[in-house]
Amino acid sequence: MFSFLVKRLLQSIVVLIAVALIAFSLFKFVGDPINNMVGQDTTLDEREALRERLGLNDPFPIQFYHFITDAAVGDFGISYRHKIPVSDLIAERAPATLELSIISALLAVFIGIPMGVYTAIHRSGFISRSFMTLSLVGISLPTFLIGILFIFLFGVILRWLPTFGRGEVVAIGWWTTGLLTWSGIKSLILPSITLALFQMTLIMRLVRTEMLEVLCTDYIKFARARGLKENAVNFGHALKNTLIPVITIIGLQLGLVMAFAIITETVFQWPGMGMLFIQSIEEVDVPVMAAYLMMISLIFVGINLLVDILYAYVDPRLTIDGGSKHG
Amino acid sequence: MTLLATKNICIGFPSRHGMFVAVNDLSISVEPGEILGIVGESGAGKSTVGNAIISLLQPPGKVISGEVWFKDQRIDNLSTEQKRRLRGKKIGMIFQDPQTSLDPLKTIKQQLVETIDLHLRLGRKGSEQRAIELLEQVGIPDPKLRMLHYPHQFSGGMRQRVVIALALCGEPELIIADEPTTALDVSVQKQILDLMRKLCIEKNVGMILVTHDMGVIAEVTDRVAVMYNSKLMEIGDTQQILGNPQHPYTQSLISAIPRPDKRIERFPLVTYIEDVIEPQDDFDLSSHWLGQSRDFSMQVDDDGTILQVQDLCMRFQISNSMFKSKRLYLDAVKQVNFSIKEGETFGIVGESGSGKSTIARMVTGLYQPYSGSVHFLGKEISAINHTPEVLAYRRQMQMVFQDPFSSLNGRMRVMDIVAEPIMFHKLATSREESQQIVLDLLKLVGMSDDAYAKYPHQFSGGQRQRISIARALATRPRFLICDEPTSALDVSVQAQILNLLKDLQQELNLTMMFISHDLPVIRQMCDRVAVMQHGQILELTETEQLFTDPQHSYSKHLLSLMPKLDMLTKRRQTTVQQPMDTQLSANSF
Repeated sequence: MFSFLVKRLLQSIVVLIAVALIAFSLFKFVGDPINNMVGQDTTLDEREALRERLGLNDPFPIQFYHFITDAAVGDFGISYRHKIPVSDLIAERAPATLELSIISALLAVFIGIPMGVYTAIHRSGFISRSFMTLSLVGISLPTFLIGILFIFLFGVILRWLPTFGRGEVVAIGWWTTGLLTWSGIKSLILPSITLALFQMTLIMRLVRTEMLEVLCTDYIKFARARGLKENAVNFGHALKNTLIPVITIIGLQLGLVMAFAIITETVFQWPGMGMLFIQSIEEVDVPVMAAYLMMISLIFVGINLLVDILYAYVDPRLTIDGGSKHG
Repeated sequence: MTLLATKNICIGFPSRHGMFVAVNDLSISVEPGEILGIVGESGAGKSTVGNAIISLLQPPGKVISGEVWFKDQRIDNLSTEQKRRLRGKKIGMIFQDPQTSLDPLKTIKQQLVETIDLHLRLGRKGSEQRAIELLEQVGIPDPKLRMLHYPHQFSGGMRQRVVIALALCGEPELIIADEPTTALDVSVQKQILDLMRKLCIEKNVGMILVTHDMGVIAEVTDRVAVMYNSKLMEIGDTQQILGNPQHPYTQSLISAIPRPDKRIERFPLVTYIEDVIEPQDDFDLSSHWLGQSRDFSMQVDDDGTILQVQDLCMRFQISNSMFKSKRLYLDAVKQVNFSIKEGETFGIVGESGSGKSTIARMVTGLYQPYSGSVHFLGKEISAINHTPEVLAYRRQMQMVFQDPFSSLNGRMRVMDIVAEPIMFHKLATSREESQQIVLDLLKLVGMSDDAYAKYPHQFSGGQRQRISIARALATRPRFLICDEPTSALDVSVQAQILNLLKDLQQELNLTMMFISHDLPVIRQMCDRVAVMQHGQILELTETEQLFTDPQHSYSKHLLSLMPKLDMLTKRRQTTVQQPMDTQLSANSF
């Protein structure tokens, strides 16, 4: 188990360094940073002096080394556009995105899994069939379209819910939350459902397929033959076995929720990191782009590491040495 | 009082093409303490009967007509909830494969306690105590410690014991065992059968034992019902049915079973079955392969040795570690020596894990031997690194695998499957020529011409194995390795395939290496035989010698486990032997 963890950690670090290389190459290849920083009237000499002072004439490996060591302590330099440190920018925007993604992820998992289980157990019931049909809509419609439809329906026609922004937020230290005010919660409803819908349907279909397979196995049949009650069979034996392969996919999907947030945030004018990222691309604000890239990859790698540990925890065949059966 | 009786039940599976009737007008009964065997070949409907009694038929299957009575209660018309209450409490069930019958994510204890508490309401403590007693009864040593383990930490035989313990949790009065020993080794099979026999007598439990294996029927059942094609052929005392069968199907089925007691030239075919393929008497061998003669440019040794294996070893790494001293290895084959003469059939017999298939894989070059050498046609083929040179030898040596379902590519047509080796070794000059050869080969193995353009799933197991054999013969080998070629097949089909192999060997002067766990089959097929255990050859002798006068104690042990088909001297063993695999699994902790 220990060597497994060490191996996974080392792999994660390799992945992060690879992403850092890509992020760093943004500085080199997406326009000239000096050009982006200075005005039209700066002379060539002044430009050269600035270049020297900022270390841009150093060889590539040394620049990369500086980038990595700075990034490791959260220092991604200063935004070209906002002229304040990138880390401050991100810290300001992160709570909005994290709140939105986490709520969406929870919605996706806690609605998707029960729906999947339900449709697997009552395979040909009317409700299952309706779920399955609706889930096709969830999978096939693009996020932005669903968002716009929601805005049109609940914001414009019914006027029940706000259509943009976070509403009133409460600051707790550096963290700002919309969960403590009524308008904050109301503002969260539409974007989080929009963001969760795709993952929810995916998880539901995945759980359904996997569960149907598990329900056909011998040990489920044997559990029935022992007279166990339906609930004990379905939730005591089948569900846990269903979740093992599903965990991996859910882990990857939760990482994607973050990435999908960009679109949702744009549609709902949500003041999060996704919006920040889109604006940075428009303005070629390279430090922000690099920092965002690094952060997303860190979250992806982190979730995957967690999934691996969880996997080993849930499945005894991985942790306990199976050698005894070789006898 | 009769424990269970079915009265004229019909079980059907509705489908788009109308009702498929799986069991037709079946009436059987079981008394307390009695073991009723249901025997038949695959597709006879025997498992469906068991599933129907315990009401676990796969939907949309259902009982169409007839009645099922448990003691004096009719049970086929009960509600779903009432049927559930019967399961486990009144009627228990044991399935075929102990590897898959237990929930892999729960400990044995969790599964036992859950079931015991449900049926007996003993509370947590009481259920635990009961679980320990049950495990002790089914012969699991050190139950207190062992029940904390997960299913994957038990060997196959031990797992089946756990399954039996689980089936006994609710103290049922009837147990339905569906092929309970088919997935187990002979020695383990014997222990499990003895255990079930003992439990039936001690607890006065009735049992329905569903199996395809006449040996198992002969060993433990009191009465037997023979099923064929969804109908009951015959029912009666086991001794009488096996010793003096009345129905022609039973007669021909019993005659097709390989006899352990004497060698016969050909197997009688089960003539009752409609689609038996008659051997191709009119096949003209001179036209086979378009009249070309075989490649005899490679000479066998002067003394006729075609294959010689010296000090062959194989080692698998079963656990990796950064430190060399911590790596674990399994020596699958240890210092094996033997030689095979041209034209003979050399048998290798042993239980699973004894290394017999590993030897076949090393001989064919699928595995690189860890040490030792394989000489074939006078050349050390295990040492050739040059691919074209090895191919010339590989062409002379082909293999037939155990499972006819997974050894044929389901997305390829039969003609492409059989032609593949021909194309690969460039043995035909044109597509038409290779097509002609494939047709020849299919005819040779007894397949009709229209098989040519079909896919494997359109054939039965026996027909697929014929296709496998045709494919193996496509390169015109002189040496054929058969790895358990009939263990996945029904008895009647097995007889056909074994006859085919015998015929082919005579006509084509093939040398065969025949691997099997089935001693009667070995006796019918092989000239000489090697007995293997734990990667070593313990005894290597003439087949007749082995069966009449075995030397090594393990050979004697194996022979003693062979189910006797001699009905008259049938005796009943009620004592449970100390399980053999106890020691093994305990050691490895």
